[in-house]
Amino acid sequence: MLKRAQALFLSSLGAVLALVYVGGANAESAPSQLNMPQGVTEVSQAAYDIHMIMMWICTVIGIAVFGFMFYVMYAHRKSRGAVAENFHENVLVELLWTIVPAIILIVMAIPATTALLKVYDTENADIDIKVTGYQWKWQYEYLGEDVKFMSELRTPQDEIYGREPKGEHYLREVTEPLVLPAGKKVRFLITGNDVIHSWWVPDFGVKRDAVPGLFTSAWAKTDKPGTYVGECTELCGSGHAFMPVVVEVKEQAEYDQWLADKKAAAAEYASTIGKQWTFDELMVKGEEVYNRSCAGCHAVNGEGIPGVFPALKNSVIALGPVVEHLRVVVDGIPGTAMQSFADQLSEVDIAAVIHYERNAWGNDVGDITQPIDVLNYKQAK
Amino acid sequence: MAHGPATLADGWVKYASRWLFTTNHKDIGTLYLWFSFAMFILGGSFAMIIRAELFQPGMQLIKPEFFNQMTTMHGLVMVFGAIMPAFVGLANWLIPMMIGAPDMALPRMNNLSFWILPFAFAILVATLFMEGGGPNFGWTFYAPLSTTYAPDTVNYFIFGVHIMGASSIMGSINIIATVMNMRAPGMTYMKMPMFVWTWLITAFLLVAVMPVLAGAVTMMLMDINFGTSFFDAAGGGDPVLFQHIFWFFGHPEVYIIILPAFGVVSQIIPTFSRKPLFGYSSMVYATASIAFMSFIVWAHHMFTVGMPIAGELYFMYATMLIAVPTGVKVFNWITTMYKGSLTFETPMLFSIAFVILFTFGGFTGLMLSIAAADIQYHDTYFVVAHFHYVMVAGAVFSGTAAVYYWLPKWCGKMYDETMGKVQFWIAFIGFNITFMPQHFLGLAGMPRRYADYGLQFADWNMVSSIGAFMYGAAQILFLFNVVRTITHGKPVDKPEVWEGAEGLEWTVPTPAPYHTFEKPPQVK
Amino acid sequence: MSTEGNYYVPEQSKLPIVTATGMGILAFGAASWVIEGGSPTIFLVGLLIMALVMYKWWSIVIDENMRGLANDQLKKSYVLGMLWFIFSEVMFFAAFFGALFYVRVFANSWLGGEAAVGIFDDTPTDAAAANNEILWPGYQAEWPVMVTPDQAANGDAAMFKGPEQNMNFPGWSNLLSWLPLWNTIVLMTSSVTVHIAHTALKNDNRKKFNTWLGITVALGIFFLFLQAEEYIHAYQHMGLTLETGIYGTTFFLLTGFHGAHVTLGTCMLLVQWIRGLKGHFSHEDQFGFEASSWYWHFVDVVWVGLFLFVYVLA
Ligand code: HEA
Ligand code: HEA
Ligand code: HEC
Ligand code: CUA
Ligand SMILES: [Cu+2]
Repeated sequence: MLKRAQALFLSSLGAVLALVYVGGANAESAPSQLNMPQGVTEVSQAAYDIHMIMMWICTVIGIAVFGFMFYVMYAHRKSRGAVAENFHENVLVELLWTIVPAIILIVMAIPATTALLKVYDTENADIDIKVTGYQWKWQYEYLGEDVKFMSELRTPQDEIYGREPKGEHYLREVTEPLVLPAGKKVRFLITGNDVIHSWWVPDFGVKRDAVPGLFTSAWAKTDKPGTYVGECTELCGSGHAFMPVVVEVKEQAEYDQWLADKKAAAAEYASTIGKQWTFDELMVKGEEVYNRSCAGCHAVNGEGIPGVFPALKNSVIALGPVVEHLRVVVDGIPGTAMQSFADQLSEVDIAAVIHYERNAWGNDVGDITQPIDVLNYKQAK
Repeated sequence: MAHGPATLADGWVKYASRWLFTTNHKDIGTLYLWFSFAMFILGGSFAMIIRAELFQPGMQLIKPEFFNQMTTMHGLVMVFGAIMPAFVGLANWLIPMMIGAPDMALPRMNNLSFWILPFAFAILVATLFMEGGGPNFGWTFYAPLSTTYAPDTVNYFIFGVHIMGASSIMGSINIIATVMNMRAPGMTYMKMPMFVWTWLITAFLLVAVMPVLAGAVTMMLMDINFGTSFFDAAGGGDPVLFQHIFWFFGHPEVYIIILPAFGVVSQIIPTFSRKPLFGYSSMVYATASIAFMSFIVWAHHMFTVGMPIAGELYFMYATMLIAVPTGVKVFNWITTMYKGSLTFETPMLFSIAFVILFTFGGFTGLMLSIAAADIQYHDTYFVVAHFHYVMVAGAVFSGTAAVYYWLPKWCGKMYDETMGKVQFWIAFIGFNITFMPQHFLGLAGMPRRYADYGLQFADWNMVSSIGAFMYGAAQILFLFNVVRTITHGKPVDKPEVWEGAEGLEWTVPTPAPYHTFEKPPQVK
Repeated sequence: MSTEGNYYVPEQSKLPIVTATGMGILAFGAASWVIEGGSPTIFLVGLLIMALVMYKWWSIVIDENMRGLANDQLKKSYVLGMLWFIFSEVMFFAAFFGALFYVRVFANSWLGGEAAVGIFDDTPTDAAAANNEILWPGYQAEWPVMVTPDQAANGDAAMFKGPEQNMNFPGWSNLLSWLPLWNTIVLMTSSVTVHIAHTALKNDNRKKFNTWLGITVALGIFFLFLQAEEYIHAYQHMGLTLETGIYGTTFFLLTGFHGAHVTLGTCMLLVQWIRGLKGHFSHEDQFGFEASSWYWHFVDVVWVGLFLFVYVLA
């Protein structure tokens, strides 16, 4: 009987090893990382260091404790003729194993405290960036620079749902990354627009919850240009896994150039806002915006998710007067998941998406909504 | 009271009414145990759906929205439906027998506590089939995702939690009253078996924190339906307030899950070491201090919300300290084995695995308590790995050990040792394949509650899923073992069942008669 | 206390499962009621079942007691049960008091751009300052919150608007028209009267017991009447409702749950009073009354906390 159990044990052990091997072997195609990254900032380095210290301490204690335990299990088994003794107390050892761990912990608290002080050292920043979490994208605003934009997932739905092979940067690519200058201390002021999100860039050692209605702050400073990828780490609804963070750190000169381009583009946009678009142009643009910004809730076919997100196909709003439709999209519906899009989308985008909703999926109102209408609506308020 | 319980032979009406109307602590214990196993299967099935979806990158089987519902329901069902009722079931069966009481102190309320549970969980599970779907905001249901942004069905969740909480409070008041009031003559507090001690302390924790949970869901209810602004900064409230209240409940909750498990292991290890428990009184004090500390460390779950640094430091130090009393317990167990005469029956195997894997999970817990490092760990699979080590290899393993250990006493039949060992090894190995890689995933940057992930996480996720199926299979084997023991097991007739077992429950005949200790025993 | 050997273990009972069913229906009904367009029917059915079965349950327990089935040890179980139940109620209120302290001490100052008063003056002020500059410009931290952050920033478009008036101490000249003060006096008095009733019972002075318990119940009802007045006044004349930001929220939730507990306590005492009139209780057997009076004292103590933290300390 016992033989059978042992055989089973051995074969399962074989299975484990095989699996671990598979895990390791595939590593060449996409490197499986095992440990925490050291990252590129002082804070991430501090986190890594304290992580390693803790790990080693636990390993050593673990080896001692389990080592002793395995020795006992081997030496004092009945089948080897061990006879039980009857002691059940010993004040000295009991005191010892209360005090020694306590001392270890007190010693540990010292580096743990210094590391934490680094995390909180947000004073004297060179640049302030406001980071806002939206369902399900990030908005970055360069405070004092008049530059702000949305950054959302670029991976197409077809890749996610397996209709197309997954690209190399699957779920790690965004429409527009956050750009930072190297060598400057950047302070992030983080908040949320709807629910709580959490802005995480492992290589910076920055993870801060984006709480709606309140700011939290964090900072980063790195000398290494490059692309750093992170994630949203607070459950924020069905798109939680689909709002990555991508940060590009550029040399100062490149950064300045980028910022200048950004401002120029904004000026250019402002000058063309009065342009009249044709029905079809707006439909094309609208579909693109819709699928990117609205389909997450209202579904690609406009049918929504019954009971959670209303259908726009045949909806009263989409078929009714355009002001109402503008009101919903520009101001949002307070107290619901339907947030204001005024800050997230440009006038052109809003006009296009409203136009699209009024004329797609068999909604054929037939009217045209122009960017200038959106601007007028906004200014009328 | 002399007549025995109805059996199937008395006709099904009588038999059914025995269970429906019972006031007998053993019957109620049995009901709890079966209910909890059913919930374990249900919660496990949700976990299997999660693991199947995460088998590969991309969305294959389900939509992200449903994935979130699965994660949430898995956590809720496992914690409140499987683990807690399992230990309440053990408490019902064992506490009266261990302290020499004729029954629980308040037998009718005892039955009420149980029968609320099926209703509570029926309501909770029913939401999955309603428009809007089940709760999708995680078992921690942070506002405002669970308030302003939740589907309407959240109201069912709220009231479900309310009555479930009422059940827990009544159940624990009953346990407190039983232990304080029903001990046999001579059974002083410091003679009580460890299991009774751990449950007494657990019951205190429950009475203290379940009402706080009730308060939290009540505030949600008001914010959702009646225009209040507890968790809305616009009105002067704060979403983070929710987290403080939740974790004031939530952290003691995790010790509510583990303390009875400590108790079980403290019964089993001495038996198979044939040696009394080492450091009994330090065990008691350690348990009490763990319970006390559990009230003052809650915000270690919130290291990334941007608390003032003074708060962060305080919660870090306080949390680290919990390692001390927990260490005392671990060392005591090992020293109990030291110079014993060890045998390795299935309950002992599960208990030893408990000690090893729980300690491992405790180590990762200690790492999590370091605030600066937790900034990297928080809400990643490293945390998921931590709590499955303490909860699955902790609570579930000890529960399994308990069932194997006391099953012969309950039904008078011995389980098949080989099958028990086979189950142990599949469970042990499957468990580690499932959750060990999750540490790597977390460190490498995979956040939890993710329906989909980048390609760099693909390998370990696949390994983890395979392990999960293996671990799931072990549970089927467990069910099979138990049922087979009840139907075909070898009868045991001596009271003490195990060679080294000590305690009042081993002095009554096997199987334990329907009523025990109607005349209190004298404890020396 | 240890087991004596004739502890009363009741036979099978249908009460628990009917109660559980009622509770399940009640919970399900409550949820479907609060959802928009829901109806209270199912809820009321559950409530009815619960009311009936509770009546039955307590009748049976009283009956068992009168038949002498309950020995001292069983009574001690009841005592323990009641005390721990009250403890759980204390914790329920603790959650709400905790929420009140948190918003007053922390959230409010952070929203107003300051570090939290007193305790942690090392708050990262950059974040708090940004709260006030960017998110809620114009918001001033004060308690009671009369202008919500939303209102300060968005004016009339705000979803949450503060109350017009609050319940704080209106100044000495208006002292006598300040309802909370009267409420405090009424409730404090009732604590004394219930104690007099208790002493009377211990001395087997039945008549005195009945009188003073009757007075206590009357005071309880009077308290509830005053509180109803206060609420009506708040809604109709003070612009103070549940929806008026965090002040209205905490005010109504704390006093409201207290009021609910006073209602329950009054009902309990009323039942004990009726039992007293029927001649139940003796100087040594009075658990039902004692339990109710403990509950009543608990409700009183909570009120003192409320009076201090909700009404007085601004
Ligand atoms: C049974 C349940 C259980 C138990 C017992 C524990 C035990 C511990 N837990 Fe765990 N924990 C959870 C269940 C549990 N936890 C759950 C469910 C979550 C996630 C909730 C969620 O977000 O969904 C969580 C999350 C969690 C976090 C938050 C992580 C995050 O979200 O970022 C933290 C942080 O401090 C933490 C810490 C600890 C610590 C320090 C212990 C300690 O008690 C461990 C103490 C034990 C030991 C240390 C080992 C034995 C000791 C020795 C051998 C002595 C010598 C050792 C040394 C001196 C090093 N836990
Ligand atoms: C004590 C509680 C407990 C227990 C026992 C378990 C058991 C398991 N958990 Fe648990 N888990 C939690 C508590 C628990 N979990 C909590 C609190 C969370 C957090 C939720 C949240 O984020 O809100 C969580 C989250 C969680 C996640 C993360 C989900 C996410 O972040 O999206 C995962 C992923 O792997 C997981 C897996 C598992 C597995 C594989 C098991 C296995 O041990 C289950 C084994 C049991 C069975 C499988 C059932 C029996 C067998 C059958 C039903 C037959 C069918 C079997 C096969 C097809 C093989 N759990
Ligand atoms: C986070 C989820 C979410 C996103 C993203 C979203 N909506 Fe909505 N939307 C909602 C919800 C929820 C409602 C219903 C609100 C209510 O309860 O009245 C709604 C309502 C609407 C309505 C009114 C429908 C009706 O008939 O009542 C319109 C029009 C609308 N949304 C347009 C849009 C547009 C355009 C976009 C993208 C630019 C968008 N929505 C993005 C959640 C969302
Ligand atoms: Cu945003 Cu998760
Ligand atoms: Cu915790």
